[in-house]
Amino acid sequence: MTLLSIRNVAKQFGKNVVLRDISLAVAEGEFLTILGESGSGKTTLLRIIAGFETASAGEVWMGEERLDRQPPYRRRVNTVFQHYALFPHLTVEQNVAYGLRVAKRPEAEIASRVSEALEKVKMSAHAKSKPSKISGGQQQRIALARALVNRPRLLLLDEPLSALDANLRRQMQVELKSLQREVGISFIFVTHDQEEAMVMSDRIGLLRSGELEQVATPREIYGRPATAYAAQFIGHTNLLKSDVRGGMVRCGLLTWPAALPDGPALFSLRPENIRLASETSEPGTVRVRGRVRHQAFHGATELIRVECGDGMVLVVRTPGSGGALDDVELEFSAPDAVPVRESPERI
Amino acid sequence: MFSRAYKTAVTLPPLLWVTVFLLIPYLLMFCYSFWSVSASQTIVHSWNLDNYGQLLRVDVYWQTLLRSMWIAARVTVFSLVLGYPLAYFLSFYAGKKKDLLYQLVIIPLWVSYLVRAYAWKTILGSDGVLNTMLQYVHLTKHPLEFLLYSPFAVVLTLTHIYTPFAFLPIYAALEHIPRNLVEASHDLGATPGQTFWKVILPLSIPGVVAGATFAFVLSLGDFLAPLLLGGPSGIMISNIVVSLFGAAYNWPLGAAISFCMLLLVVILLVFSERLEKKWSFS
Repeated sequence: MTLLSIRNVAKQFGKNVVLRDISLAVAEGEFLTILGESGSGKTTLLRIIAGFETASAGEVWMGEERLDRQPPYRRRVNTVFQHYALFPHLTVEQNVAYGLRVAKRPEAEIASRVSEALEKVKMSAHAKSKPSKISGGQQQRIALARALVNRPRLLLLDEPLSALDANLRRQMQVELKSLQREVGISFIFVTHDQEEAMVMSDRIGLLRSGELEQVATPREIYGRPATAYAAQFIGHTNLLKSDVRGGMVRCGLLTWPAALPDGPALFSLRPENIRLASETSEPGTVRVRGRVRHQAFHGATELIRVECGDGMVLVVRTPGSGGALDDVELEFSAPDAVPVRESPERI
Repeated sequence: MFSRAYKTAVTLPPLLWVTVFLLIPYLLMFCYSFWSVSASQTIVHSWNLDNYGQLLRVDVYWQTLLRSMWIAARVTVFSLVLGYPLAYFLSFYAGKKKDLLYQLVIIPLWVSYLVRAYAWKTILGSDGVLNTMLQYVHLTKHPLEFLLYSPFAVVLTLTHIYTPFAFLPIYAALEHIPRNLVEASHDLGATPGQTFWKVILPLSIPGVVAGATFAFVLSLGDFLAPLLLGGPSGIMISNIVVSLFGAAYNWPLGAAISFCMLLLVVILLVFSERLEKKWSFS
């Protein structure tokens, strides 16, 4: 069931185009991440959904209701702000109760829902504290409780973990994901951190210079990136500029079969899909010899840069190679080289 | 980090300044307030509390002090009533015109106080702009006398003069409110009205307190507006002090009154500082 649909939304500030023709549907109970670099327009998109910005074109619908003409306080959408935006003059408890108070719910209901929400984020002990007296991670939880207590149909999260240190961040990623499953509310989560996006999301919408490059599950976007940008932004990859002729791809010394029309083509080949060749390789593997230029030990894996003639360098991720390498033979399965679209330059 | 000599060189001038021009005069004033004037118009350096007794005994002194406070209180309220909405509008809704409007609020401060007070004289007098206009449109037959030489004229003029002083700290406080708090409030379902009462107003209280303190303290000690526009019924305590130090030649009594006002102002400042601290959350 589609909960929110964004239809052809565009936004410009003066001459500065921030979003172009964004269309996106968010399903009921889905965890969707908008992933993009700073300046890609991801926060603007979120602010349009929340109602803090008006779209220059396009519509936002929630079910049968047109959202983009409603003021923010009429939308059944709540936001967790990047810097939490807790009210400094109110206690933790009063912050969480804010939405219910302004909606004029009965005091008894407010009290029970607030304590329930605080319990859910494990912050009951700090109910009477002022926000300035609790840590960043705790403020984060309160911001979450303050939003969720209103039982919104959709929760927007604007880089909520970016201010936390790495350990706390990983912990919160897991907590946030399990909390989302528990409450069953749709989340739209904005981040620039591709790892975070991979760990938490049901689907990722990759935004680049105001346009969606690809919207897909983490597995799909990693395994089958649609564009060169998607392949490079999410994980590492080797981009192979190739030529297709009569069903055969040529790239430097490499050739492999592919069902593509003749002409130039671009392939993404993940470093972990390239292996050091073994004696017994399956049919359909592509082999190439090369000279090791650089070798970096990362613990569980090792990254090797191999020059394979014609100045072509392949980055290979292998499990421990057991020592220094010099001349190597590499292999990969042809289907692992994924054809991707060129990402055009955009300003 | 800095040498002792440098530190001394930097701190000494202001210290000297404060001592010579503030501490010593205040001390002198404090001493004078216990002395008295003899029949032959010389200051008698005998210590007693007569002046303070007189202050309480003679109606005109404490009544004028109370009236001055009452005038200052009204000026404070009107300055806040005018200054707050102005500051609020400028801070939240003026957009690109913000800087221009801000300058417009500040510009009157560049004009001499006297000019502004005289302007009101021109406007409020029996042959003044306002009365002439009212008679011209036949709203009154005779010029309205209460307009000039009355507490009304004093309150009006002081409000005009001190509203920018109330405006500035309020504006500063409003500018310091993070806008994402306003967005958070809207996001949680609060209408603009609810947001104002529950978020913006509470967070601007320090500015309101500072502005109110400015307006009250400055107008309490004012003597030009009552002198020029107050008439007999609009006399304020500073006018009495001025005449005691001047024509009446009773410096000791003048000093006693001044000291009481100083005390009042200091208490007020301490109180408002506490209030500001209590309401600031940064």
